[in-house]
Amino acid sequence: MAINWFKYSSPTTFYGLAGKMIPWFAIPAVILFAIGLYMGFFVAPVDAQQGEFYRIMFIHVPTSILSMFFYLIMAGYAALGLIFNTRLSAMMASAIAPTGALFTLISLWTGALWGKPMWGTWWIWDARMTSQLILLFLYLGFIALHASIDEPRRADRAAALLAIVGSVNVPIIYFSVKWWNTLHQGSTIKFSGTSMQITMQHTLLAMTLACWLYAIAVVLARVRSIILERERKTDWISELPEVKL
Amino acid sequence: MLEVSNLACSRGDHRLFSGLNFHLHLGQIMQVQGVNGSGKTSLLRTLCGFLMPDEGEIVWRGERIRELGEDYHDEILYLGHLNAIKDELSALENLRISAGLSGIELEEKEAVTALRRMGLRGREMLPTKVLSQGQRRRVALARLLVSDAKLWILDEPLSALDVGAVALIQELIAEHLAQQGMVIFTTHQPLHVAGMEMRTLSLS
Amino acid sequence: MKKSTMLGLLVLVIRRDLVLAMRRRADVLTTLIFFVMVVSLFPMGVGPEMDMLRKMAAGVLWVAALLASMLSLGRLFSADYLDGTLEQMMLAPQSLSMLVLGKMAAHWMSSGLPLVLMAPVLGLQFDMSVRALGVLIVSLLLGTPILSMVGAIGAALTLGLRGGGVLLSLLVLPLCIPVLIFGTGAVEAVSSGLSIASHLSLLGALLVLALVFTPWVTAQALRISME
Repeated sequence: MAINWFKYSSPTTFYGLAGKMIPWFAIPAVILFAIGLYMGFFVAPVDAQQGEFYRIMFIHVPTSILSMFFYLIMAGYAALGLIFNTRLSAMMASAIAPTGALFTLISLWTGALWGKPMWGTWWIWDARMTSQLILLFLYLGFIALHASIDEPRRADRAAALLAIVGSVNVPIIYFSVKWWNTLHQGSTIKFSGTSMQITMQHTLLAMTLACWLYAIAVVLARVRSIILERERKTDWISELPEVKL
Repeated sequence: MLEVSNLACSRGDHRLFSGLNFHLHLGQIMQVQGVNGSGKTSLLRTLCGFLMPDEGEIVWRGERIRELGEDYHDEILYLGHLNAIKDELSALENLRISAGLSGIELEEKEAVTALRRMGLRGREMLPTKVLSQGQRRRVALARLLVSDAKLWILDEPLSALDVGAVALIQELIAEHLAQQGMVIFTTHQPLHVAGMEMRTLSLS
Repeated sequence: MKKSTMLGLLVLVIRRDLVLAMRRRADVLTTLIFFVMVVSLFPMGVGPEMDMLRKMAAGVLWVAALLASMLSLGRLFSADYLDGTLEQMMLAPQSLSMLVLGKMAAHWMSSGLPLVLMAPVLGLQFDMSVRALGVLIVSLLLGTPILSMVGAIGAALTLGLRGGGVLLSLLVLPLCIPVLIFGTGAVEAVSSGLSIASHLSLLGALLVLALVFTPWVTAQALRISME
């Protein structure tokens, strides 16, 4: 596409663009959530092995997948920020972090809710749940490091380096956790052994898309407020209608 | 040799200076002047390569210092506010290690001679934590005697020094300039180098 | 006066840091004492039943080594940062990664190696078999350098920050989990009859990876922190 991407890498132009884009993501997200939740809780059939409780998976699975995906996206923006020295990339990474951490938390919480009726305990040390826990620590580390450094440029770059190191480590960590789990013959949370029903697949798809669109909308909104905060001393900010009040 | 064009620097949100242009040739000395907070230390640190400027270029022997990297480091000597000496080591050990880190293997005799010239006779072997402020500064400045760097970047070199030491440093700078060296510095105390025309750069 | 070589510089940095560690013996000893104390806390917490302690031994020793390493990492760069020697190192005409490697090596020798030597003594408190102790030593020998090296990245990123040691641990501990898993796995393989060699070779692989990448990454982190 012949868009001049670098024009949009300036916080000034991106602020306006992001503002216009938010409703395009937020509204479809709400619609898809409604469809997905309805399908998940009312339409999808009862699972042969797991009964009604499995329905929590329609929230657990999308959030798990997306939490890992967002970490990589965050690391990608971080890398862009370090290589090209663009402020906006670093702001995007900072904007994604809280949403990614939230998704990890939801994944862990819904995993616990699923585990209790399935295994009788609120927590199961299986490979996926443990990896999610470690991923939460990685997100929190990123946020904590950024928050601990006063100088904004150093904060961006240090957190970016951490995110990149973390993302390189993620496969190693995941591999070692799987290894650890199989060694100790841990249990695994699995979907029904047989192939998933078509309705279930559609519901999962709808919910995953809904979460993704929601996340994009939230991240765009957050990056706008980060831009406002960082650029508060520049002229164009004071010209904005929302600031002029 | 050293050419700075259109340099702009900021700390945090605060723009310190912009559009700075100057050049420094062999045998020249330049004083950076400005009120407190005008960015003198930041300028010197940018010249060292610690800080990245917002805009502009620093060129050494025709190449950007960012590209020269370690080759540029080989030719500069930086003395900041901190002495860069370890309390637990003696003056002699400190000097030999400083020299070693800048790529020079210093014999014990050479190091002792240098320290003696700095007025530390009899104190070369003591751990520097028992020395006074002024004496520690002298240990730090002893590096000037053993370095082969072309460009000296000195941030307030005379602080904590008594009159005798100030004279000594002025002498060392004069010797360095006579050997086709270059000096760029800041100072709150007057610094005179005999027979030398001092260039100034004002940041305010 | 003559110019020094790359190897000469490495040796210089290692010797310097070791001399400094010797003259500040208290720092080195407190790490070791912390290690011993943490290990001793576990039986007090979970009870002295030997069967259970024997099963927990590898894990307890490894976690304690991990925590002790985290504590000692704060020292890696902070003293040099505060007195200005770190910035002089960054102006050295040699590769900063090389200097960093030297500091990591000296740090391991003064912090990690004592842990490795102390561990078998503590392992006896947990009634570990001689064979298990042997594997423990090897696993710690391979693993503690990795902890020093990965931890150095955290130490470089958190240079001069108020959060200090706790923040460093928060950042580095998740990255050290694979080392923990393979290290303890190797020791447990002794009693479970699985392959010790596979765990140790995985540790070895991580060590090689760390040796290759962490000095450079740490040098970049130092540059970011020194701006």
